[in-house]
Amino acid sequence: MKQKFDVITSSCIPLPLENVDTDQIIPARFLKATDKEGFGDNLFRDWRYNKDGSLKSDFVLNDPSYSGVILVAGKNFGSGSSREHAAWAIAGYGFRVVISSFFADIHKNNELNNFVLPVVVSEQFLSELFSSIDKDHGTQVRVDLPNQTVTNLATGHSEHFDINGYKKHCLMNGLDDVDFLVANRDKVEAFEKQRA
Amino acid sequence: MNTLFDKIWDSHVVQVVEEGPTQLYIDRLYCHEVTSPQAFDGLRRRHLQVFRPQQVFCMPDHNIMTHDQGSPELDPVGRHQVETLDKNCAEFGLTEFKKNTPENGVIHVVGPETGLSLPGMTIVCGDSHTSTHGAVGAVAFGIGTSEVEMVLASQCILQQKPKSMRITINGALQPGVTAKDVALYLMAQLSTSGATGYFVEYAGPVVENMSMEGRLTLCNLSIEMGARGGFIAPDETTFAYLKGRKYAPKGEAWDKAVAQWRQLRSGDDAVFDCELAFDGADIEPRITYGTNPGMGIAITGSVPTLDEVAESEQASFLKSLRYMGFEPGERLLGHPIDYVFLGACTNGRIEDFRAFASVVKGHKKAPNVVAWLVPGSWAVLKQIQEEGLDKQLEAAGFAIRQPGCSACLAMNDDKVPAGKYSVSTSNRNFEGRQGPGARTVLASPLVAAAAAITGRISDPREFLQA
Repeated sequence: MKQKFDVITSSCIPLPLENVDTDQIIPARFLKATDKEGFGDNLFRDWRYNKDGSLKSDFVLNDPSYSGVILVAGKNFGSGSSREHAAWAIAGYGFRVVISSFFADIHKNNELNNFVLPVVVSEQFLSELFSSIDKDHGTQVRVDLPNQTVTNLATGHSEHFDINGYKKHCLMNGLDDVDFLVANRDKVEAFEKQRA
Repeated sequence: MNTLFDKIWDSHVVQVVEEGPTQLYIDRLYCHEVTSPQAFDGLRRRHLQVFRPQQVFCMPDHNIMTHDQGSPELDPVGRHQVETLDKNCAEFGLTEFKKNTPENGVIHVVGPETGLSLPGMTIVCGDSHTSTHGAVGAVAFGIGTSEVEMVLASQCILQQKPKSMRITINGALQPGVTAKDVALYLMAQLSTSGATGYFVEYAGPVVENMSMEGRLTLCNLSIEMGARGGFIAPDETTFAYLKGRKYAPKGEAWDKAVAQWRQLRSGDDAVFDCELAFDGADIEPRITYGTNPGMGIAITGSVPTLDEVAESEQASFLKSLRYMGFEPGERLLGHPIDYVFLGACTNGRIEDFRAFASVVKGHKKAPNVVAWLVPGSWAVLKQIQEEGLDKQLEAAGFAIRQPGCSACLAMNDDKVPAGKYSVSTSNRNFEGRQGPGARTVLASPLVAAAAAITGRISDPREFLQA
């Protein structure tokens, strides 16, 4: 999962719904694995599959005219449960980027910790992107992490997005927070002594 | 500036990373079986030990059955998760409250009731309802599994400091209105994302007059309006609740601790990034009609009509009503229901069982209703028995089950069947939350009890004992 991040250009999969909660991204009954593998198969499980396991033809992931590594979702994506399984499912399915106008806090961190980039755009950019994709399912978007820009290549419209410098460095270099924290254990020990 | 949140947060900062987040020291980490196995795997892969094992407490709660807990879980995959937690605790030398033992229960019930969660602490768990522990005056929040691994490895976490919000609830609550209704009201006012990015301090006369159980319910639901966490400044109610609890300080250490805890207040000059105020008198008993907790109404109210919903939200709104089988503008009072769930980290405490029993008194369970009454912990169950509530409820046709998360998220065998209506005291009404296709109406224990005896969505105020 630690794929280094740079510039990604891809078509998109649109999910123009608001408040997509992590129970929809991956329902609780699929949280029982003790490793991180295979969650992609159950991404959006109950929207994607019928009870008998057959595909629901009206769900976007089952529509072959859409493809790509960028998920575009409505406002407040990833609300609810803190389950990181949701990020594992998104990464496991093959998404590298999620674009929305608003993310729930915990889920946003979970995406970043799994090298999936959450890109926050304006409502206007988002609604224009949905309509571009609606007109042309192959609409390409370029996400440029070094320059922190996202571009709708159908309209040429571009926006700056925020990410803190530390996390950007981690994503671009395949580093994670545990490595950083373990390297800083001496600072933790000093902190503990000072407050005792 | 100078908010209680600032005081607790700032006193736990190890360092601020250049151009980055804060490295925050964590006093207490709780782990359950669902969100921890991959974190322990990470430690093994990196050849690391747990850095501060005495600050970590583990207990299985999500998968465990609410009957026959002496037997293995019926579902082999769930059983494997519970056994994996046992194995990880043994391997890394961590304290575990194993299932079917007196200290076990839902983490967010057990933490406060054992005195493990104390004022001024930073507390995390791989569970969004960790905000519950804020009721004792702690900064407590849910984290992902990668972050659980960070805390296991370093007793720290990397976080951006959230903004601060104070929600003041003035006046007083009317009879039949509980902390759950206050929380459901706030979510409907703020929406499920209205407090995203914020840490909320609850204040004002309504909060000051709440019992600890009520405060735990209110803080529990902070995440449902998007907040990182919610907390209440500790006061005499807090100290009285914590005194004598197993892990709370004792003797001189207690007196010293209380003296320090009394300092844990936002300054008179505190400046919050956002301040909101509401009047407790405006709050009625509430229910939800949709598929997120912010989609709620007063129990006497109606589902919004389509033109009352913002255009950008109409697609989600209609999808939600289709799932629930409700119509725009429909009144829900009197709507038949099939299941009732009393329990969860939201409403699985002794006061919730007392409230439920007070409405049931003199009535019987409606014959068509399946009721699951699930205490939040073995300690709560013991108290239910000591107070005779179990006998009283059994005489009315109810049975008390064994503790666990149960039908709140239906990872065990307590699943509401597709299409059935459940009036539930839990925290989420998301599609499929209580079982594939299950239709959840969130409510207080009083509303749940009124539904259980009538078989319909009913106003509990009709059943309140004078």
